[in-house]
Amino acid sequence: MTYKQRIDNRGFDETRPIEAKVGVIPRADGSAYFKIGNTVAFAAVYGPRNLHPKFLQDPTKGILRCNYNMMPFSSSGERVRPGGSRRSKEISLVTVKALLPVLDLQEYPNSVVDVFIELPQTEAGSRCAGICAASMALADAGLLMKDLVAAVSVGRVDDKIVVDLDYNEESYPGVPVADIPIAMMPSSGKVTLLQMDGEVTKEMLMEALEKGKKALMDIYEVQRKALKEKYHGVDE
Amino acid sequence: MMHAQLRSHIIRLLNTDMRLDGRKLTEYRQPITVEYGAIRTAEGSARVKIGETEVLVGIKVEIGEPYPDNPDEGTIIVGAELLPLSNPDFELGPPSIQAVELARVVDRGIRESKAVNFKKLCIKAGEKVWLILIDICPMNDAGNLFDAASLAALAALKDARFPAVENDKIDYKKKTDQKLPLERYPLAITVCKIGDKFIVDPDTEEEKAIDARLTVASTEDGHLCALQKGEDFPLTINEISQMIDIGMEKAKELRKFL
Amino acid sequence: MMNEHVEQKTETQEQSKVMVKDKDIAVPGETLAIGMDTLPGSGTYREGEKIIANRLGLVSIDGRAIKLIPLSGRYAPKAGDTVICKVFDVTFSGWRLETNSAYAAMMSLKDATSDFIQKGANLTQYYDLGDYIVCKIINVTSQKLIDVTMKGPGLRKLKGGRIIEVDSNKVPRIIGKQGSMVSMIKETTNSNIIVGQNGIIWIDGVPESELLAIQAIRKIEKESHLSGLTEKIKEFLDKKSQLKVK
Repeated sequence: MTYKQRIDNRGFDETRPIEAKVGVIPRADGSAYFKIGNTVAFAAVYGPRNLHPKFLQDPTKGILRCNYNMMPFSSSGERVRPGGSRRSKEISLVTVKALLPVLDLQEYPNSVVDVFIELPQTEAGSRCAGICAASMALADAGLLMKDLVAAVSVGRVDDKIVVDLDYNEESYPGVPVADIPIAMMPSSGKVTLLQMDGEVTKEMLMEALEKGKKALMDIYEVQRKALKEKYHGVDE
Repeated sequence: MMHAQLRSHIIRLLNTDMRLDGRKLTEYRQPITVEYGAIRTAEGSARVKIGETEVLVGIKVEIGEPYPDNPDEGTIIVGAELLPLSNPDFELGPPSIQAVELARVVDRGIRESKAVNFKKLCIKAGEKVWLILIDICPMNDAGNLFDAASLAALAALKDARFPAVENDKIDYKKKTDQKLPLERYPLAITVCKIGDKFIVDPDTEEEKAIDARLTVASTEDGHLCALQKGEDFPLTINEISQMIDIGMEKAKELRKFL
Repeated sequence: MMNEHVEQKTETQEQSKVMVKDKDIAVPGETLAIGMDTLPGSGTYREGEKIIANRLGLVSIDGRAIKLIPLSGRYAPKAGDTVICKVFDVTFSGWRLETNSAYAAMMSLKDATSDFIQKGANLTQYYDLGDYIVCKIINVTSQKLIDVTMKGPGLRKLKGGRIIEVDSNKVPRIIGKQGSMVSMIKETTNSNIIVGQNGIIWIDGVPESELLAIQAIRKIEKESHLSGLTEKIKEFLDKKSQLKVK
């Protein structure tokens, strides 16, 4: 049995349709919206700003805080109880780790940069969508960043590596499946987020990383365009 | 806490029938937009914008046991979270008392007006009823979350459809055409007193200058269904009467956006 | 989209390729130029042969240097800036001020006034909680401790009027070349306006004038990237003033 055709007929290297927009939350210092398939993520950045209580302050550099949250009505099943879960706490942590390498926080000692990621609608790939939105929002907030960060979930379904694993593929019955969220700094190709959930051989993983890298360059183009559109109105 | 000079500036402006942004005292910001079905994963949803204030409301339904004293009635449960994403002053953590007040005021308007017919939410008396879970999520707080949330909750109820039930289990992936039993359209309007003048739809700055507010929920046939007085200063009975009049008139206007 | 700017060096045969034009928008990570003889200005960094954008910004090419002008971001306090701050704390040795940035400023007694201040005097009689003042930043340390002074021309406590907050990156546009834009707004609306480098603006006039000035300023904020802005704002102000007269 081989996975001959994707459930939604996409190419194996193809992501779901993507939409991105910057500057969607006026009160925030920076904000963005990233939609991939039916997964929607909003990110708002507040900062650099005052950090309380004082003992949390770092005199050598600013601190990055991220909070990933799914809205109660975001799941295609039952309501999600508000207040976060162990899962969302872990995602918040890996999101911080995914974004830190690009940020130049030494310019902002004793302060904090807060990133709030909210998902009104999720259908696979939500942590990656959150990271894509967060990275645009940080740039929109005018922070010093070496690069943007792009993220996507690469998957394994049976004998195939697929880019942007969707909800149906995640739970494809009867065959080995793996979910591999990857985040990368596009200009250097360095990986800032890597998780794996499932079963793969090393060769498959390396293939996933290569395919992921290609897809992430396309996602970076979408992010770039969205940032430029906000400030120019038209992408040249 | 508002700077004394800015507050007296606001009051001086109000005396010339004008507000900080040039609006008249009982004028809402424009544009006001209601977008139905904004969220696919919800059984019902709406996105409301009043000026730059934006609120998302999503509805999920569940099947549960009825309360023992109302065995043939389903019910609504309204939740609200003041998301830190929407306002630099909102903090991460369990719902603040402001979030609780917002949820309960919106709840009362819907519940007390019997807008949703609870008896029609009954599946099997004493055993199974529909629970309508309404969640309010501000996306950008530029003032007046109460009214935006109330309008969005009502719009979400109007948008909602029951999911299919197979073998006593809800199949959330399949939506039916069956609407919720929404029979009345209560709307909450928050009337605010600054000095001796009344305004509606306060923006971020005005909210800091409010002496007292009265949230007035009314139905389309002119019945009051909920009231909530807020903030630190008292109101005379005459003022309450005036504020109720304003609230009911504005509800009629806002209802047109549904 | 790509501007090839090739310089031939006689000895080393080095080529400098500039990948962007003046006034392009650059995003973090974008390669702005390749070659060792282009200089990385503010908002950019060098990695090997490449000069790369270190933030979201507007490309500004000045001879061999490329820098990025910030388009967004909270105010970063700089020595020499004239800013409008709000008093939020009165201590024994001075006042602490909100600067519309992540950092508070300190104004010591000696920088506040030329008056001799008695020990134990009530400092709120000079500047009280909630007062807005126009002051100048003397110094910003690496830890972002900010010292300000009130001693200087035009520096004073603000009375009356109203305060608005704008994107501090738009302040140069709001002020205009040699103050031309803000002067025009002041004249047409017949109001007094002080623009702080930190994005805090004070306006004082009759209510309608203040409102008109604010609307003009918001328009500049929104359309700051467009050309011919001065004419557009003048047109806007004239039209609105005429409507009022009618």
